[in-house]
Amino acid sequence: MNKYNPFEKILIYFGIFVFMTFILLPFIEMFYASLRPLDHLFRSPYQFYSDDLSFWAYQEMWNTVPMLGRYIFNSFFLASCVAILTLIFVIPAAYAYARFKFPAKNTSLYILLAINMFSGAVILIPLYKLLRTLGLLNSYQSMIIPGVAFLIPTAIWLLKSYFEKIPIDLEEAAFVDGASRVQILRHIIAPLSTPGLVVVGIYAFIGAYAQQFLFAITFNQKKEYMPIPTGLYEFIGYQSVKWNEMMAAALVGMLPVLLLFVFLQKYIVEGLTAGAVKN
Amino acid sequence: MNKKLKSYTTQTYIAYALIAPAALYIILIVAWPLLETIRLSFTNSSLAGEDYVGLENYQKMFSSKKFNGIVTRTFVWMFFSVSLKLIIGLIGAVLLNANLKGRSIFRVLVMPPWVVPIAIGMLGWLWLYNGYFGIIAGVGMRTGILDGPFGFLAYKQSAFISTIIADVWVGTPMVTVFFLAAMQGVPRDLYEAAYCDGASRWDRFFKITLPQITPVIITMSLLSAIWTFNSFEIIWILTEGGPRGSTTTLIIDTYKQALGNYKFGRGAARAVVVMILLMLFAGFYLALLARINKKISHE
Repeated sequence: MNKYNPFEKILIYFGIFVFMTFILLPFIEMFYASLRPLDHLFRSPYQFYSDDLSFWAYQEMWNTVPMLGRYIFNSFFLASCVAILTLIFVIPAAYAYARFKFPAKNTSLYILLAINMFSGAVILIPLYKLLRTLGLLNSYQSMIIPGVAFLIPTAIWLLKSYFEKIPIDLEEAAFVDGASRVQILRHIIAPLSTPGLVVVGIYAFIGAYAQQFLFAITFNQKKEYMPIPTGLYEFIGYQSVKWNEMMAAALVGMLPVLLLFVFLQKYIVEGLTAGAVKN
Repeated sequence: MNKKLKSYTTQTYIAYALIAPAALYIILIVAWPLLETIRLSFTNSSLAGEDYVGLENYQKMFSSKKFNGIVTRTFVWMFFSVSLKLIIGLIGAVLLNANLKGRSIFRVLVMPPWVVPIAIGMLGWLWLYNGYFGIIAGVGMRTGILDGPFGFLAYKQSAFISTIIADVWVGTPMVTVFFLAAMQGVPRDLYEAAYCDGASRWDRFFKITLPQITPVIITMSLLSAIWTFNSFEIIWILTEGGPRGSTTTLIIDTYKQALGNYKFGRGAARAVVVMILLMLFAGFYLALLARINKKISHE
């Protein structure tokens, strides 16, 4: 049934090739541009071939934008803070949703889903005023605080489904035998849910890393706190754009998320699609 | 004993206490700002202060031709972007679902546009769209389709199309992955039975796969409509809504009014329109989800 004749095979591989070209062309072209000398890039029409490819741009970019290292650190720092805070808020809530029966349980879960649909842009004005009143504009906090809010809903749904996979019988047996809730938490739930927590934590990290741009351009003007997605724009605006160095820096900036994702894509995709597909 | 066991999952005060921190956070950072936006839309709030102005912001907004143009443009932009995402995503999922060598690698390779921060991915597109040195203009010039350098983001129509394509690039991977997951959830024996009855591959796709994954297709259409409607970074980075407003969607306009000019009141009125439209989408989505869930539990 699943055998293909050679003609069908060629057709499918050709289709995959076209599809993949669309998806990967920007990355391939970014990488290629990062390896080429600037005067080769500045030839019109586009030259397909360069003979002196090098990783020179990957060294020079740190001189062109001296704060580049700081921006990369900021991105990591912001994303880590957001991920950790998200976990702190989400773990108890997800556990309650997975284990307890209480009024308004389903309604509130659907409200969480609905929140996911609001982009940050709708609430930027009050948030801007709030952060200004609190004196938090132009600080790390101005990017962390809204970041956490937009990750909580999905993280609750994801983690809830991990908790639900842990059989409740274990907990109930311990409870009947007189174990306290704290003991159950330490000896049963914590060890069994560690893999789920890691996945949700990484999901939050990737999400936080990805959403930095909007909050950074709106709430922060200070270079010291800029994350890499906004910091990269410093390559534009000198006499000419140093495209090769900008592409090199962009690739370095996206590498951490890509690596994390490649290692954990199976778990993250499973978790995210489970809700939409089976349920 | 049984009573004790029952209390393990029914002590609601514990559940509420566990949920309280997350709930308070959402109320403070999402719910309150939403209500505050509505209030601000009836004022002329700016950095200087605010006064109540009634419906003035709304009257000005709805009577402006520019605003009506922006609403229409938003929906046209959305329509093309969402349709392309669904069509390309469906084709991609069919291709990657084929039982051929290398498919597990391809399944990972589709995901980067989805995972990478949009603001960084768009730098790649800025380079691709470059009118003098970019590869697209280059191929156009070498094949004679273009008779000289062409800045894709510099002209009204081409900028409109270019931002759609970049948006499709960002959104397609997720659609593909969800469709693929749905296709793999279709019971194998359905295909085997159809195969024994002599159904062609084509028949099997249209009579089994497509009907089976329809719920997911509908869900994804709504979800990607919502995300496309919210799409901000792509347009902001590529064109900032230009040239001459040709890529200004509702979200971009809201942002420009509110935080470009610090006219909070006017911006808030636009944000309220965005909010109402999003609530409509969300309502549709949740109603649909509830219906699908009900159907599944009946079967």
